[in-house]
Amino acid sequence: MLSSLMRILALVRKELLAVLKDRRTRLSLLVPVLVQTMVFGYAASYDLNRVPYVLWSQDQGAAATALIARFDGTGIFRRIDTVVRERDMRAALDDRRALLAIGIPADFSRRLAAGRHADVQLIADGRNSNTAGTALGYAQAVIGAFNSHWRATHGEGRAPAHLSVRAWYNPNLLTRWEMIPGLIGTLTLLQTLLLTAMSVAREREQGTFDQLLVTPIRPVEIMAGKALPAMLIGLVQASGVLLVAQLWFHIPFEGSFAVLYGGIVVFVLAAVGIGLVVSALSYTMQQAMLYSFVLLMPFTLLSGLTTPIANMPRVLQYFTLINPLRYAIDIAQRVYLEGAGMRLLLPDLWPLALIGAVTLTAASWLFRHRLQ
Amino acid sequence: MSAASAPVLECREVYKSFGPRAAALLGVSLEVPSGSLSALVGPDGAGKSTLIRLACGLLRAERGSVRVLGFDAAVAAQCIQDRVSYMPQKFGLYEDLTVRENLDLYADLHGVSQAQRAQRYPELLHMTDLQRFEQRLAGRLSGGMKQKLGLACTLVRPPELLLLDEPTVGVDPLSRRELWQIVHDLVREQGLTVLISTAYLDEAERADRVIVLQAGRVLAEGTPAAVTQLAAGRTFRLTPSGRESARTLQARLLGSQAVIDAVPDAGGVRCVCAAQHGDGIPGGVPVEPRFEDGFMVMLRRTQSQSAHADIALAHPPPQANGALIEVRDLVKRFGAFTAVDRVSFSVARGEIFGLLGPNGAGKTTTFRMLCGLLTPSGGVLRVGGIDVARAGDAARGQLGYVAQKFSLYGPLSARENLEFFASAYGLRGATRRARIEWAIHQFELTHASGPAGDLPGGFKQRLAMAAALLHEPRILFLDEPTSGADPLARRAFWRRITALADQGVTVVVTTHFMQEAEYCDRIVIMDAGRVLAQGTPAQVRACAPREGEFEPSMEDAFVAVVERSRAGEARAAARTA
Repeated sequence: MLSSLMRILALVRKELLAVLKDRRTRLSLLVPVLVQTMVFGYAASYDLNRVPYVLWSQDQGAAATALIARFDGTGIFRRIDTVVRERDMRAALDDRRALLAIGIPADFSRRLAAGRHADVQLIADGRNSNTAGTALGYAQAVIGAFNSHWRATHGEGRAPAHLSVRAWYNPNLLTRWEMIPGLIGTLTLLQTLLLTAMSVAREREQGTFDQLLVTPIRPVEIMAGKALPAMLIGLVQASGVLLVAQLWFHIPFEGSFAVLYGGIVVFVLAAVGIGLVVSALSYTMQQAMLYSFVLLMPFTLLSGLTTPIANMPRVLQYFTLINPLRYAIDIAQRVYLEGAGMRLLLPDLWPLALIGAVTLTAASWLFRHRLQ
Repeated sequence: MSAASAPVLECREVYKSFGPRAAALLGVSLEVPSGSLSALVGPDGAGKSTLIRLACGLLRAERGSVRVLGFDAAVAAQCIQDRVSYMPQKFGLYEDLTVRENLDLYADLHGVSQAQRAQRYPELLHMTDLQRFEQRLAGRLSGGMKQKLGLACTLVRPPELLLLDEPTVGVDPLSRRELWQIVHDLVREQGLTVLISTAYLDEAERADRVIVLQAGRVLAEGTPAAVTQLAAGRTFRLTPSGRESARTLQARLLGSQAVIDAVPDAGGVRCVCAAQHGDGIPGGVPVEPRFEDGFMVMLRRTQSQSAHADIALAHPPPQANGALIEVRDLVKRFGAFTAVDRVSFSVARGEIFGLLGPNGAGKTTTFRMLCGLLTPSGGVLRVGGIDVARAGDAARGQLGYVAQKFSLYGPLSARENLEFFASAYGLRGATRRARIEWAIHQFELTHASGPAGDLPGGFKQRLAMAAALLHEPRILFLDEPTSGADPLARRAFWRRITALADQGVTVVVTTHFMQEAEYCDRIVIMDAGRVLAQGTPAQVRACAPREGEFEPSMEDAFVAVVERSRAGEARAAARTA
């Protein structure tokens, strides 16, 4: 038992030395993680900060002017042009100068002043349905506010039902708040999976694996010696993302770090297990790389990071059950935004532990039986 | 063809280095005359590849001039590349393409027209004897056939100068002879100029001219006979008397100041004296010098023998009766292919046992089964009285293994590698420290700093041996341990091995150097998965037909045995067909 531990320790030391001695690999462990966090933090957002629109107004009345002022006053809607002909409005949308066109008919102010209903036309560029939907939502909110104000100031009383909206955990519904905690899992998976998948394949390719197999080291020990350093590196990388989230993006952290790290450890165990299975199955580094990417794509797409799992076809929803990233993202977001404790996270933790147990067992079996 | 008078390749005071600590060429001047077969001879790291790459304009010299076919390599690299064919050490064959497709690919790259191909292909395929394999995947060819295909691809467009960078490295003697025959015919029949580099000294004798390169300098340039002549009158053969073995006689001779070199040879010892001794060595019979003897005379002017070649074990392996390694009817099948077919042999304690055979003979497969890296499909395999494949870690702790390719951890330093393997073998505390110090001292690794992967070949080889001996194994497995090493390093290596064997370590070794089989107590020759000959080197040598008064060499015996077996197989196939 003791000699077994010593051998594992020697393997861990060797593994860490091999990774950390080279300046380039050392940099490649942290720099991409930090850069990707920054890039995702800024680029991957569904929030619209700037909606260019074209105004097609045939009405110069007070009500129309007040409505337009509301749009311009949001700071989000930027009027790029005011046109009088429909053809010009169409052109602005066609060549993507404007995302939205607001059309105000000639009788708009007159009808409102007369206490009647009036129409406002909103035309969105549907080529990107997501952005269009968000922009339309914003515009409706502006018009809704205009309506209430108009009713109040023209003695028509308040609308019978008044909506009072609160978003819990993320009051301003900022994408960044959910995206960056999600990255803790995503980027860690990417790196640890590749690292472990390549590590055994590299040894196989360079002949050092044979050299290991002729020593008294047992396959299980080789596996532990590969898994532990990879987990350690995975934890450091996760901490890198966490630091950027805390110190740069200042995303409020509601939960406890102990709970978050507990979750990450179980997740990294599962990620390393998958990496080791890939590693045991590939003969060359090229194969290992290819297999890893084949896995990473569906893992990310079916993780719920960008698209809700509930919207996926049922078959794919079943697949997400064996996707460790799904649970990791859930854990990170819930600890971060909701402050969830261990008890609440159990439904995420046990599947991760199961994935880790199954893959690690499979990997150690494959190490032995791939000997032929 | 260029004018016969001007040299095809001419180097004047060429310098080239790769970084401040890695000088490759230090003022090399040489000439390759038109229509000649010139050999560039020297150990790994002598600068052979650098010189060849300079000659085809792939590298640029720092100082000096390189002129090829009248063009200056520094300014007209493309003109040179249009006229020269170059086969690098690792030729770029596409393993997933057939022989024919590989040829087509290189013909396309060189813009060879269909009409030219129709004329050229049959010639090339005939020359390399690959007609039957036109549709076979290159990856399925044997090592020798791959090299021949590489040569054919290189020659797909007729060149004015052919540069071959170690085409015979790692190729078995049979295929090496064939390759040299092809090159000979090209020079004789087509008047081609060829520059071929090699680390095999015996091959140099087959060239018209040799250029001996050592540590970036030209040691000699001229006919092979001129180099051989350096040892004239200094070479003797001694036969061990009484109970002394050839190995101990050799060790005794090497210890003497008067002796430059001593190698086992056909049951006796060949030695080269330091200066012309009127009466020679006591008991020595004068023999004809060989190229290698002349080479050693030159080498010993610049280098001295390793001081630490003798090795002493703190805990020699215990005495053991009977065979330590026992192999009976060993079979290994990969699918329908039988790689090892009912192989039997046994090795006693303290024996050096050699596994010889051409590429694909099954010796590596046998070797890997012995080490427990492959599980046999059938038969009995006992190493140290236990079944390796099923045995636990304790059994593996008695084995030492040195792979063919350097297979320690490149990013780790020499010491870190030793520390890792010491722990892997369960060494702890003071023992561990003592063994690591012993290994570093014994294998002269004190100055080996930096990543092990960047060390010169000789250092890597010694480090690999050191790592395998840390735990004082009873049995040592060595897979092609000396390929690419220079003659001095090889001699130091064998001195260590024989010293270990004398102390009771059992050694199993595979080698391509047929002369090195003479160091073994017993050998087997394998081909196509079967044992063709087995016994002491003298017994195996006796398989070769005796020509004249000379004992046939081990290489003659090897070729004779393999050819006889293949001819028998062909006859059997013809009968059943």
